[in-house]
Amino acid sequence: MPETRTMAAGQSVRPIALGRRITDHVMTGVAILTVVLVLVPLFAIFAYLVYRGVGSINWAFLTQTPKPVGEAGGGMANAIVGSAFILALASILGVPLGVGAGIYLAEFGRNRFGDVIRFTADVLNGVPSIVIGIVAYSIVVLSQKHFSALAGGVALAIMMIPTITRTTEEMLLLVPQALREAAYGLGIPRWRTTISITLRTATSGVITGIMLAFARVAGETAPLLFTAFGNQFWNLRANQPTAALPLQIFNYAISPYDEWHRQAWAGALVLIILIVTAVAAVRFAVRRGTFGAA
Amino acid sequence: MAIPSLPRPNMRGPQPVESTKVNDATPAAKHSAYLQQGGSAEVGDRAFKFLMLVCGLAVLAILFLIVYQLVLRSALSWHSFGFKFFAGHDWDPVNERFGAMPFIYGTLVSSFLALLIAVPLAIGVAVFTTEMCPVKLRGPLSFFVELLAAIPSVVYGLWAIFVLVPLLSNYIEPFLSSTLGWTGFFTGAPYGISMLAAGIILAIMIIPIISSIAREVLMVVPQHQREGVLALGATRWEMIRVGVLRNARAGIMGGIILGLGRALGETMAVTMVIGNRPEIAKSLFAPGYTMASVLANEFSEATGDVYLSALIEIGLALFLVTIVVNALARLLVWTVTRGQSAGAHA
Repeated sequence: MPETRTMAAGQSVRPIALGRRITDHVMTGVAILTVVLVLVPLFAIFAYLVYRGVGSINWAFLTQTPKPVGEAGGGMANAIVGSAFILALASILGVPLGVGAGIYLAEFGRNRFGDVIRFTADVLNGVPSIVIGIVAYSIVVLSQKHFSALAGGVALAIMMIPTITRTTEEMLLLVPQALREAAYGLGIPRWRTTISITLRTATSGVITGIMLAFARVAGETAPLLFTAFGNQFWNLRANQPTAALPLQIFNYAISPYDEWHRQAWAGALVLIILIVTAVAAVRFAVRRGTFGAA
Repeated sequence: MAIPSLPRPNMRGPQPVESTKVNDATPAAKHSAYLQQGGSAEVGDRAFKFLMLVCGLAVLAILFLIVYQLVLRSALSWHSFGFKFFAGHDWDPVNERFGAMPFIYGTLVSSFLALLIAVPLAIGVAVFTTEMCPVKLRGPLSFFVELLAAIPSVVYGLWAIFVLVPLLSNYIEPFLSSTLGWTGFFTGAPYGISMLAAGIILAIMIIPIISSIAREVLMVVPQHQREGVLALGATRWEMIRVGVLRNARAGIMGGIILGLGRALGETMAVTMVIGNRPEIAKSLFAPGYTMASVLANEFSEATGDVYLSALIEIGLALFLVTIVVNALARLLVWTVTRGQSAGAHA
């Protein structure tokens, strides 16, 4: 083919047609535009949250219970404590089960049955939170005959378990097999190896997974609507209705009173700050702890 | 015992008397004695495996419990109304006439509206972060987008009530009705509280899910695929379209369906802006009602067994739909990220 050869030799690389170049630039522009469009609501939400929230948080808000409609002042102290209480109940129920199931999947679940549990956990992760609320209502509230903090805790625990299970499994699988074999070689029983070597090595990852699950359920409102139900007063008994921060925010947000709207914003800011500090504090403690021990 | 530091191979054997004697002698001997404590490893291992199995079974038990409770408690409504429950338009608790059609309609319309808005944006963000932006920006950008996923639903709702809804009623809805009013989708009074508001807030909430999965899938596409297309003389966009997006189709679809699953079940933010009226209207400016929000609003006030049972049946339907949607999405994402080559050769 002499013709093609002369063309290749004589001509330099043919420039890309103008139309195609324009399309390329336009599409780059479109991609940048999508990023901007997505980030605008994010910053708008945070900016507005700080703007409305900071002015409304004061000492009374953090230390008092709600005042009746029309009276100024009052706060969400009981809801903040109630949320912490419900979350503690949820963690006590959900963390051991979730970590245990994760250990099962990583150490014993490399088979068909393990796949079934894995898939179930993934599917469970997508069940709407309001449906989990119905189930907690049917199991706990109907048997106790009234709304309770425990029912809220059960609902949130059910939501935490699949996330904790899958992250624990993933973290344990990252631990090198050689480490387990070294422990077996020393004659350490398998259960002891799993707890003292594998789980210990993966501690910070497992805790991160737990905090991820915790942060996810800490802001949940829907499953608490008819389990914890809410309360205008202090309560720290597991079998009584209990106030929770997200519930209080919801009730105040849809109310027609300006004073309550103001408090809803303050509550939302406090909720986000509490979630972020809880997550950061635990991660910091874990990092210090594991380095200190090692 | 000639060499006390070597553990005996038979750990299950009965503890020899000699080992207790040398117990105080050397650390090595101590170890050996510890390891020879008869039988403990076998029992401990079995007990441990059993305990962990119980935890694993708990995951299955929870799903079973959810199904069992929902079926059990919705039986009354199922027997009273049968399939007509899902076709009926009336929602009249006083006369105990229940039809779930308006809620199903509201859930579907708000979710698809959300997908319509979220999918192009999420894919755009994923493409930009994996293919276009400077490496330095990648980390922060995906961090910011995922931060959207960390905001609690009720905070989205709060923001929507006080910022998005006024914005819609003052600017966006009047504009839409003057330009696109002729389609019939954008007519009526621009109150802000509407199906449109629900769709927009849902879109903002599901963008991080879709975009993070799309990003994961795009990163799985082999680098030489990109290089090959570029070597053929493609521009960057042509490379992305032909070499990357086309290969990542299945995975991106999985992400979209996962986002749909989240949108279908999302409760609080939607409840706060959709208007909560069980009506079917063509206009997106009209208020609506979704399956999740009718549960949120009416469940704790439901009087009468039939009413409660009808609500739980809505919960059951919502559960089944999200299960199917999620299972489908998981399978799609699994096939792409597990068999990495499957996508490249398709």
